[in-house]
Amino acid sequence: MMQFAPQELLWSGNFWLHLLLFAGMIITFILLMVMFFIWYERRLIGRFQVRLGPNRAGPFGLLQPVADVLKILTKEDIVPSKGDKIVFWLAPIIALAPVFMMFAVIPLQGNALLVDLNIGILYIIAVSSVASIGIFMAGWGSYNKYSLIGAMRDVAQLISYEIPLVLSIVGVVLIAGSLSLNDIVEAQTVPFILLQPLGFLIFFIGSLAEINRTPFDLVEADSEIVAGYNIEYSGMKFATFFLMEYAEALTSSAIITTLFLGGWKGPFLPPFLWFIIKVIAVFSLIVWVRSTIPRFRIDQVMAFAWKFLLPLALINLLLTSMQVVFFQEASSLVIIISSLVIMAALILIWSKFFRLGGNSTGL
Amino acid sequence: MTLALAGSEAAARLDKSLAAGIAGLNPDSLLVKSEFLFDIAAFLKDEPGLNFNYLVHITAIDYCDYFELVYHLVSLKHNHSLVIKTRCTDRKTPTIPSVVSLWRGAELQEREIFDLMGINFEGHPNMKRIFLWEGFQGHPLRKDFTDGS
Amino acid sequence: MALKTELFVINLGPLHPSTHGVFRMLATMDGEVIVELEPVFGYLHRGIEKLAENRTYKQNIPFTDRMDYIASMSNELSYVMAVEKLAGIQVPERAEYLRVIMAELQRIASHLIAVGSLANDLGAFQTPFLYMFRERERILDLFDMVCGQRLLYNYMRFGGVSHDIPDEFLPALKKLLKHFPGFIAEYDQLLADNEILLARTKGIGVLPKKLAISSSASGPVLRASGVKWDIRKADPYSVYDRFDFDIPTGSAGDCYDRYRVRIAEMYQSIRILNQAIEQLPSGNVLNKVPLRFRPPVGEAFAHIEAPKGELGFYIVSDGSEKPYRFHVRSSILINLTALRDMIIGWKLADAIVTFGSIDICLGEVDR
Repeated sequence: MMQFAPQELLWSGNFWLHLLLFAGMIITFILLMVMFFIWYERRLIGRFQVRLGPNRAGPFGLLQPVADVLKILTKEDIVPSKGDKIVFWLAPIIALAPVFMMFAVIPLQGNALLVDLNIGILYIIAVSSVASIGIFMAGWGSYNKYSLIGAMRDVAQLISYEIPLVLSIVGVVLIAGSLSLNDIVEAQTVPFILLQPLGFLIFFIGSLAEINRTPFDLVEADSEIVAGYNIEYSGMKFATFFLMEYAEALTSSAIITTLFLGGWKGPFLPPFLWFIIKVIAVFSLIVWVRSTIPRFRIDQVMAFAWKFLLPLALINLLLTSMQVVFFQEASSLVIIISSLVIMAALILIWSKFFRLGGNSTGL
Repeated sequence: MTLALAGSEAAARLDKSLAAGIAGLNPDSLLVKSEFLFDIAAFLKDEPGLNFNYLVHITAIDYCDYFELVYHLVSLKHNHSLVIKTRCTDRKTPTIPSVVSLWRGAELQEREIFDLMGINFEGHPNMKRIFLWEGFQGHPLRKDFTDGS
Repeated sequence: MALKTELFVINLGPLHPSTHGVFRMLATMDGEVIVELEPVFGYLHRGIEKLAENRTYKQNIPFTDRMDYIASMSNELSYVMAVEKLAGIQVPERAEYLRVIMAELQRIASHLIAVGSLANDLGAFQTPFLYMFRERERILDLFDMVCGQRLLYNYMRFGGVSHDIPDEFLPALKKLLKHFPGFIAEYDQLLADNEILLARTKGIGVLPKKLAISSSASGPVLRASGVKWDIRKADPYSVYDRFDFDIPTGSAGDCYDRYRVRIAEMYQSIRILNQAIEQLPSGNVLNKVPLRFRPPVGEAFAHIEAPKGELGFYIVSDGSEKPYRFHVRSSILINLTALRDMIIGWKLADAIVTFGSIDICLGEVDR
C-alpha cells in the first residue's frame, strides 16, 4: 500500500516547494560530500600507505577534487567506433540517477527527508538495483571484452548479494516495526548495530559488494580487467561514473548509518552533524577495508554470498523473529549481550564449515 | 661444487651404438654430430649414472664457416655438468633436431635461436619468431647481418 | 536447454597494469576460464646481445645493468665473473665479500618488489607494495652510498669492484640488518594469514616438481616446487662456501609456496649478510686490469643465483677487445616456459596472480 505522505514537516510550506527545495538540497549535499569523499579517501589511503596523499591544490589539498574535475572535463570525449552508441551514451545517466533517487527517503535529521515513504527501505532496495543496469549497459555498449567481463561480473555479484542484504534488512525492520526510514531511526533508542550485530556485518559486506568496493571490486579489478566496465569512457561520461561510484559509497554509508547506527541521533551536536559524522565514520571503514584486503576471485565471491552470508542471514532472521515474538520484554542489555555472543559463535562455527578454497575450476 | 665432466669422460660412458655420433672431444665439452644430437641427448638424460635432467641453457654461435650450438646440461641428482656442442655448416637452411621433447626448457630458447640466428629446429612444436616481429628480414645475431640500409 | 556459448580471445597486454612491463598474453577464454594461452614476447627487445658484440668488455658492464633493472648488481656480478673466468683474473678477497654483500642486498630488494607486486596483483590496492618499497628504499640508500646510483649501479669491475665502501656504509648496513627481520616478520604476519590471500594463492598456478625440472625453471620458482637446488650451494661461486645458510624450499609449487620461499630467502640473505660483515677482510678491492683489455681466445660460462633464478653469461672471445658472442642465460625467460601449463584451466584472476608469482622483469626476458 503505497502512500505519498509528506507528514509532519519541520517547516510549514507548500508541498511542491518542499520537493523542489529539498531535491536541490540533496543534490548539493551529495555533490559536496562526494567532492569531500574523493579528497578524504585519497588522503586516508595515503596515510594507510605511508605516504601523504594529495596536498598541493589548496589547503591540505582540499581543492584536489576541483582540479580533478577540471582535468576530467577538459578531456576528449571518445566513443568507440564499433560501440552501441545510444547504450553507451545512456549508461552513465542510468547508473547515476538511482543513486540520487535513493537519497530521497534517507532522513538527514528528524523528519528532514524528501518524502517519508512508508515503504522507504523497500524503495531503496528496488532503486539500488537499477544502477547495475547502467553498468551492464556500459559494459555492453563499449564493445570491449574487458568491459563485458566486468559488466557480467557486476550482474552476477549484484544478484547474489542482494539476497543476504535484503534478509539482513528484514531483521532491522522486524525490530523497528516499520519500513519507513524515518520510523526506523525513531525506533533506535539503542542503535541497531548492538541489537543486530550479525545483521550489520552482513549488510556491510553486502553493501561493499553492491558498490563494488574492495574486496568485491571485481567489476573494475584493475590488475585483471584494467578498469572493467568504464574502460572505454572518458571525459564527462567517465566523470559521471566516477561520481556514481562515490555517490554510491555515500549512499551506502548513509543507509548503514540510518539502519544500524541510529541515523541522526546523538547527544550535544545538532542532528545533521551527527548524521554526517556517522556517514564519514562508515566511509572510513570502507576505505580501511579497501586499503588492506586483497580481492576475491569471482567464484569465491559467489560462494561467499551463497554459502556463508545467506545461511547466516537466514539464521539471523530466525533469531530476530524469535526475539521479537517471545522476548519482547527482555531488557536491551540482555539482548545486546546475547546477540553478540550468538554472532561470535555463528561466525566461528560457519568459518569452520566454509572455506574459500582455491580449487581448480576443472574444464 | 658442480663437477664439470670432460668430453672424454662423457664419451667413455656413452652407449656403443652412439659412439659414431661423436665428432670430437674437448677438455670441457663433447662435440657431437648434429644427426646424432637427439639420440645422444636422450641417452645422457636417461642413463642413470649420468642423469642430465636439467638443461641449463642452449645457445648458438656464428663462426661464419659454421654455426655451433652449445648445450649446457646439469644433473640435479649427481651435481655434475656437461657441455655438448654440435655444428651446422649449412648457412641457407641450417637445421638441428629439437630437444624440446626431452627438456621443455629448450622451448623458448630454441625459438630465440631461430629468431636471432636463423637455425631451424626440427620437431619444435611452435617454431616461430619470439622477439622480432613476423616478417622481419634476416637474423640479427649472424655475423653477416646488415639492417639493409 | 544448454545455452550456446562461444570462446573468445582476450589480449592481456602489452599495456596492462599487471604485466610487470610490456608482456603480452593472448588468452582464449571460456567465460572466466582460460582454455588456451600464448605468451608473446619482444616488446622490450633492445638487442643487447648484438649490441654487446660491438662494444668492449668493460663497456658492456653498464649494459648488463639494464637487463633485470630490479636486480642490477646480480647481473653485473654474473657478467664480470664470466669475463674473469675467461681471462683468468683474480679478485681480491675484500672485493669478493663486497660482491656478496651487494648481491644479497640486491636479492632482498628484488624479493621485496616480488612480494609487494604479488599482493598488488591480488588486488590489495598498493598498500603492501608501498610498504615493501619503503624497505627497499633503505637498501637503495646503501647502494647510493657505495656507488652514487640507485638503480643502475655499474659497480662491479673485472678484478674487483669500482670503489671501496665508504666509512659510513657498514654502520648503516648493520643498523638495517638489525631492524630488517622485524620488518619482514611484520609484513609476513600481515599477509600470510589473510584468508583471502590464502584462498587466492594456495593451490593456484601449480608447477609440479617434474615439470619444474624439465622446463629448466630456476630460483624461487624451482625451489617452491620442492627442488633443493641453489647455485650458491650446488656450485658455490665467489665466497659463498664460507657462509652458513639454508635453502628454503616449498612443497606444492603453488603461488603461495613461491611467496613463502621468497620471504624465507630474505631471512637467509640477512644471515649471509651478517656473516659477511663479520668476516669482511681489509685490503684492496680492485686488481689492475689493462685498459685495453683483451681476453685470450676461448669461451666461458659463469652462472649465479640471481634473485629471480639462475642467471648465466656465456662469453666467447676471439682475442679482440670485444666479445665475439655475448649470450645471456636469462632466468626469467626460461622460468616463463611453463607459464602456459600453470595457467590453463584457471580463471583470469588466477592467471594474473600466477604470472605475478613468477616475478618477472621484462628487461631480462626480452633483452
